[in-house]
Amino acid sequence: MPQLSCTDLTLGYEGKPVISNINFDVNAGDYLCIVGENGSGKSTLMKSILRLIPPLSGQITAGSGLAANEIGYMPQQTAAQKDFPASVREVVRSGTLNRIGFRPFYSTCEKHAADANMKRLGISHLAGRCYRELSGGQQQRALLARALCATQKILLLDEPASGLDPNASSEMYELIKGLNDSGITIIMISHDIEASVKYASHILHIGSQSSLFFGSISDYRESDAGRIYAAQQGGTA
Amino acid sequence: MIGMLNQLSAYFQFPFVRYAMIVGVLIAMCSSLLGVTLVLKRYSFIGSGLSHVAFGATAIAAAMNLTNNVLFVLPVTIICAILLLRTGQNTKIKGDAAIAMISVGTLAIGYLIMNVFAASANLAGDICTILFGALSILTLTRTEVWLSLVLSLVVIAVFVLFYNKIFSVTFDEDFAAATGNRAKLYNLILAVIIALVIVLAMNLVGALLISALVIFPAMSAMRVFKTFKAVTVCSVIVSVACASLGMLASILAGTPVGSTVVAANVLIFILFCIAGLLTRRAKS
Ligand SMILES: Nc1ncnc2c1ncn2[C@@H]1O[C@H](COP(=O)(O)OP(=O)(O)OP(=O)(O)O)[C@@H](O)[C@H]1O
Ligand SMILES: [Mg+2]
Repeated sequence: MPQLSCTDLTLGYEGKPVISNINFDVNAGDYLCIVGENGSGKSTLMKSILRLIPPLSGQITAGSGLAANEIGYMPQQTAAQKDFPASVREVVRSGTLNRIGFRPFYSTCEKHAADANMKRLGISHLAGRCYRELSGGQQQRALLARALCATQKILLLDEPASGLDPNASSEMYELIKGLNDSGITIIMISHDIEASVKYASHILHIGSQSSLFFGSISDYRESDAGRIYAAQQGGTA
Repeated sequence: MIGMLNQLSAYFQFPFVRYAMIVGVLIAMCSSLLGVTLVLKRYSFIGSGLSHVAFGATAIAAAMNLTNNVLFVLPVTIICAILLLRTGQNTKIKGDAAIAMISVGTLAIGYLIMNVFAASANLAGDICTILFGALSILTLTRTEVWLSLVLSLVVIAVFVLFYNKIFSVTFDEDFAAATGNRAKLYNLILAVIIALVIVLAMNLVGALLISALVIFPAMSAMRVFKTFKAVTVCSVIVSVACASLGMLASILAGTPVGSTVVAANVLIFILFCIAGLLTRRAKS
């Protein structure tokens, strides 16, 4: 049974559809990249999977053993966070909140988890620093560490490498690949077609009806959608 | 100096002055706790909208000659807080319009009702008191003191128990909801404590100055400190210090309590701005 499956999804805001006819399955351990132009509805799809936006029609089913508090999420940045007074430690720890239930404070177990994830992403030395004073790349790592604190099963990442320089973004992709190798399912939105094709196991391409595509990497390379998109983006898929 | 101390100790012989000080300090603590959250969640306009609601409700309570108007004002304000939060979540523009409508509407109706039904001869004085707090903190009755005491302890307890959750819905509500937290419940709790704080703070500074009491300490603390915990602790200290000094000054100089406390907050804000600039310059 797949970890997550979407059937005949139509998504949008206030009754107006943005994308329709979305069908795909994600199995445990998959690495799915969602690609498509700006405004094609990638973030909308991710928010619907996270149940932040109700789908207009169709179904999103979580497979056995995937509860809402076992999902990690790394959003595209919002404006409010930019002047928020918070240390990296406070931000990362807030990822563990979904396991503490009605307990008011973090136990040593959650604090250790936060420390371990900061170490894993190489930001332990930034723990006491103010989040808003970090560089873009450091902030992305902090948000990824927070997402990791929230899950051991599945991570949803909305453009984790946006705004990073080529070095930092390839480091970010390597990190994510490492997480995937350790058994965490990855669903990632990306504009970097080259990296997507290099690391992912599956591609979901959204856009106009004719360019809808879901399948494995090798199928994507052969498909029309893949060739056209790759040519537009200047990649070598 | 000694003369002033003598004068103060003479004042503190009166129970109502002691009550006023205790209640004032507790209210200052409560209102500063939520400042960061309100500012960063873009809720500060909900705060000022609610204070207009509280004004309208107080006016109605005054016209109905209620003995204890908090029992009427509090539920009305809580209900409006929940309604405003609900509409604010749907779409941005509609939420803003709803807040403007509710707050200006209740303000107008409150004034109208006071004008038509008020029994008191000094109508302008009464309205001024509701709007600016004037001397109301010094005229608190014993029940009002106890009520304020209990309400502020409730606010402080809820804030401490939900501290980490409030942090998370303030910093990133989508993340909190997406990863299986009850973000809606925490928002509801926030709305209720905002309403509690507004009703409490009306006693100290009056309806028009409440936002100042909520926002200034947090803004001051954010000039200098960089973590949520440090900012929260610092704004509580700033707020309590300003309230105590402001109340003492107003007793000695005979100035209105509310505006003196707010003036103290403005002064501290300017000092913290300068301190923030200096530390930043020293670093670079
Ligand atoms: N809150 C909203 N209310 C109404 N329409 C929205 C809202 N958010 C997004 N949209 C619309 O939905 C469409 C898809 O937006 P979405 O953010 O999902 O695009 P995206 O694929 O993530 O784009 P990008 O690559 O720029 O991140 C856009 O046309 C946008 O205008
Ligand atoms: Mg997007």
